[in-house]
Formats: sequence, structure tokens, C-alpha cells
Amino acid sequence: MPTLTPGEPEMTVREDGRVAVELRHIHKSFGGVRVLTDVSFRLSAGEVLGLLGDNGAGKSTLIKIITGVHQPDSGQILFGGQEVHALTVDQARALGVETVFQERALAEQLSLWRNIFMGRPISRAFGFLDVRRMRRITVELMGESMGFTSAALTPDTHVTGLSGGERQGLAIVRALHFEADIIILDEPTMGLSLKETDKLLHFVKGIRTAGKSAIFIDHNIFHVYSVADRIVVLDRGRVAGDFPTSRYTLEEVTEIMREVAATGKFVEPERHRATDAASRPDQAAGPR
Amino acid sequence: MTSTAENVQTQSALARRWTVRSFATTWASQIGITVAFVVLWLAFILLAPDTFLDNRIYASFAQTTPYFALPALLLTMVIVSGDIDLSFPSIMGLGMVGFIAIERTTGNVGLAVLAALAVGALAGLLNGVFVTFIGIPALVVTIGTLFLYRGLTLALVNGRSFALVEARDSEMSRVLIGRLFGIPMQFVWLVLVAIGTWVLLYRHRLGQNAHVIGDNRPAAQLMGIPIRRTRIILFVLVGVASAFAGVMNSLQVSNFYPGVGAGYLLPALAAVFVGGTSVFGGRGTIWGTFIGAFMIGAIQAGIVAMGIQAFWTEVIYGGIILAAVSIHAVLQRRFER
Repeated sequence: MPTLTPGEPEMTVREDGRVAVELRHIHKSFGGVRVLTDVSFRLSAGEVLGLLGDNGAGKSTLIKIITGVHQPDSGQILFGGQEVHALTVDQARALGVETVFQERALAEQLSLWRNIFMGRPISRAFGFLDVRRMRRITVELMGESMGFTSAALTPDTHVTGLSGGERQGLAIVRALHFEADIIILDEPTMGLSLKETDKLLHFVKGIRTAGKSAIFIDHNIFHVYSVADRIVVLDRGRVAGDFPTSRYTLEEVTEIMREVAATGKFVEPERHRATDAASRPDQAAGPR
Repeated sequence: MTSTAENVQTQSALARRWTVRSFATTWASQIGITVAFVVLWLAFILLAPDTFLDNRIYASFAQTTPYFALPALLLTMVIVSGDIDLSFPSIMGLGMVGFIAIERTTGNVGLAVLAALAVGALAGLLNGVFVTFIGIPALVVTIGTLFLYRGLTLALVNGRSFALVEARDSEMSRVLIGRLFGIPMQFVWLVLVAIGTWVLLYRHRLGQNAHVIGDNRPAAQLMGIPIRRTRIILFVLVGVASAFAGVMNSLQVSNFYPGVGAGYLLPALAAVFVGGTSVFGGRGTIWGTFIGAFMIGAIQAGIVAMGIQAFWTEVIYGGIILAAVSIHAVLQRRFER
């Protein structure tokens, strides 16, 4: 059976409630344009967090801050409860943050093995590559994790020869191989067929089973709703909503999203309005 | 779930398959250029047997081709990383200013060679710094430094030439432009540099990173690849190789004239692209550049030897270059997908 599930989870599942990453009061502007305003949220270990928001809501800037590409103007970033100052890409990776971009993180003209080991090749003394070992590991990953059984695919196949789903699989397997703790999926379903999307969502559920965390960014509420434990809604650079998925039905989340897009405000769906605000479960709050 | 036995079988099948298959995908372009080279060579032998069955023409190629093939090899790496360097012909001259300064004051040719290489490295560093820190496209920066470095060369020596008769008699000169078992040392150096460049490009972190940077720069940034450092190092390497070629060229003619290297810009670029390196970055071939350089080097001599009117030289030149890059484009589409 071709699967996109991670192999044997080597990580032990962490205790419930441990925070994998936390952002506190993050502000970020680019040349006077405010992109993020007072953004705070937490990602617990073993949690899949859906990040929803329109184009320009600040999703990708937020992700680039977590991955160390951009530094925030002010605010704190904490990994496992420890504050990290001036986070760099290398540091973020060392802390287990791994991004799965659909196309942007693959080099099309390069072979599968060069893509798997992009940015951290296995090398011997003086930076010389251990090509044989990287090819061998790629063959193993192709067979076990990617479910690539097509005869046309070899470790030396160039990415140009892969379908959208295969590319996605390659990027995901790469993240898993490097034992990422926090996997960031940036619009992973874009351009995928229904069948390939199912495979992908199945895999995202596997991330939780393995005790790892994921941030799942997508325009498609249906995809996010089906896999996320919690949803954070970004609107014009602010957190407009942060709630556990189980609290609302899919229709209610859709309604919330529509309301946020129109007014920028979080409006409690009707069914919950009767409930006293004080008795709400934690985190089911609007903008803080 | 697949059983372990099945898994092992799949894996060994995969491993077997890629040895055959990968040969075609990885080498299609290089086989193409090699076949084109052999065809051209056979055509020259058929049409001008007196010239092309004589060893002297090959000794001549082995001496003169490295002057532009050396920079072209390192230029291939720069182009793979998505940049370009047009200033290398002027670095050939500027490096020699360093050579002359040290040779005239100390009389030590070995030291003078090192000085030339150091000047070449500095010139490459300046290119790299302009491109990466100030953020100007490499094409524009190196058009600027093509003029700047040539101008500096002319100004520093007041446009004069310098005889290198004593330098040519030195031990060092024998190492650089002498002969080894009858083979011109220029060719020996070229082969050594080609092997070194191949290893750097395909079997070293530097080349791996250069490929990713040229193919997908945002991805390189996301994956934490040291983009700036890698690009600067590549410019420095072109600078060093160019200065080295400038020294060999000047010693060969026992004379340094400030225009040395000026004619090599287009032959070197032609060698790189005839060889099959992509102008868009992300893909390149050292073997292709090596073969391409000798094709470019042989065409001129071949056309003259075949007795074709000199007016037609550039027409045939252009035709062969276009034919070669067309072959690459077709092979690329057919095999490398």
C-alpha cells in the first residue's frame, strides 16, 4: 500500500500540553507597512494547528519569523519554553522546525537525492560529499516512505519528472528524514488532485500520531478543518480567532471566517452565544 | 503494509534500475556534445587531412586553448549558481600587473605568480561583493569591472609592454608552460583544473549549494544555504583562474602587454554554452565546457586549413555554435525529464 505516513515514530510522544513553540506579542513591519501586529499564539507538542487567513493576512511573514528567515521588530519567540533571540534559519532548523513548501523548496533541475539533502548534504572531511550514502538513503526513502514504485523514478531523476503529489511527497519525506519536531506545511494541497490531497491529509494526521507538531496553512477551510486540532485565524496582521476545532462545526467555522473577512472581528456563532462568556473553554477567545 | 522481503526486493530493483537509467538522464547532454565534437573532428580530418593528421596542430591547440578554457571552467560554476562574470579577460591583464610588480622588484618568479593569483582573487572578491552586498546583477557589475580592471591595468603600467625573457627562463616557467612527456604544461594544468572543478561542482558542498542557488534561490534561502558566501567564493575562483591563465599566456609569448586576454570573452562564453551549461543556472557541465573549448579552439584553425575563404569563418563559427546549443535543447527535452 503506498503510504505517506511517517515510518516508525522514534520520538516519544510528549506529555500533553507541552508547548513546542510560542510567539508573544510579535510585531513586524516592512518599510513602514505593518504586516503583523501583536501576534501571539502557542503550538503544543503533538498538535496540528491550522493557520487560516486571506492573502496578505500575514501568514507567510509569520511562518518566516518562526523559521528564522525574518526577525520580528519586537516580541518574543520561545521554543520549548526557552526564549530564542535573533533566530536564524540554521537555528530554527536545529530546533526542529522544518518547512514543506509545495514547489518553492525544490530545485527542479536537480536529482531527487540532491533535493533530499539540500542545504545539509552528508559530507566527509573538507566538505566532500558522500554521494553513495546519500543515493542509498534516497532509494530507501523512496521505497519505504514515499511509496514511489514507478519504474521511471530513480535517485537521479530530476524533479521536473515528478507529478505534483510526488513533489509534495519528496518535500515531506525530506522533513521527516531530518526528524523535524515542528513541520510547517505551506499551502500543501495547492494543485493536488483529490486523491493526492487525501494522501497528504492522511500524512498530516500521521504527524500528530508521531508526537510531532504541525502548522498547516491553507485557504481551504475544509482541508484544515478535517486535520487541525486548533485553528488560528489571521486577519490583516492580527490574530482574529484562536479556538479548538472540536468546539465548532464546519459550517460554524465557515461562518466565522466569512465574518472575519468582512469585519475583521471574531463573532461567536449563534449556537454558542447563549453560553456565558465566563464559562467558555480556554483559548476560545477573540483578539487579545 | 509491504513485508520486509518485498521491501528489500523493491529497493534492490530500484538500485539496479537507476544504474542504467540514470546514465541516460544524467549524461544525455554530455554524450551529445561529445558526439558533436567527434563528428566535427572527423569532418576536419576528411576535409583537411594534411593539417589534422599532423601532431603539430594538436600541440598548438593544447597550448592556446587553455588560456580561455581555464576561466571558462570556473565560469561554468558561476553560471550554474545563476550569476555570470564578464570581467575575467581584464582580470587576466590586472593579475599580470601584480606579477610584473613583484618580478621586477624581487626577481622571484614563483612569488610573482602568487602575486598575480592574489590580485585575481581580489578582483573576483570585488565582483562578488558588488553583486551580493550591493545587490547589482552580476551581468551589470562585471560589465563595469570589465572596463575598470582593463583601465586599471593600462593606467598602472602607462600602457607599456614588459619583456619577460628572464622570467621565461625560470624553473617556474617550465612548470607552467614547459612540456611533460611532450605534452604542453598548459594542457596538463587545464586537465588538473578541470578535474578539480568537476569535483568541486559535483562532489563538494560548494557545488551542491551553487546548484541549488542557481536553480531556486528562495529555496536556498529557506534551507539555510550560505548564498552570499557561496557566490563570492565562486567569483574569487574565476578571478584566480583568470590570473593564472594570464600568467601562462604572457610567459608563452615572453611578453606582457596590457591588452592580454582581451579577445577571450566570447570564446570562453561560447565554450560554456556550446558545452551544454544552462544560461538560466542550476545546471552545468564541466566535461561539456572542456570539450566546448576545444571545439571553439579548433574551428578557427579548421576552417582556415580547409581552404575556405576567411570571410566565411564567422558564419561557420556561428552555425556550429547554434547547432550545438540546438542539440542540447532537443536532448534536454527528450531525455532529461
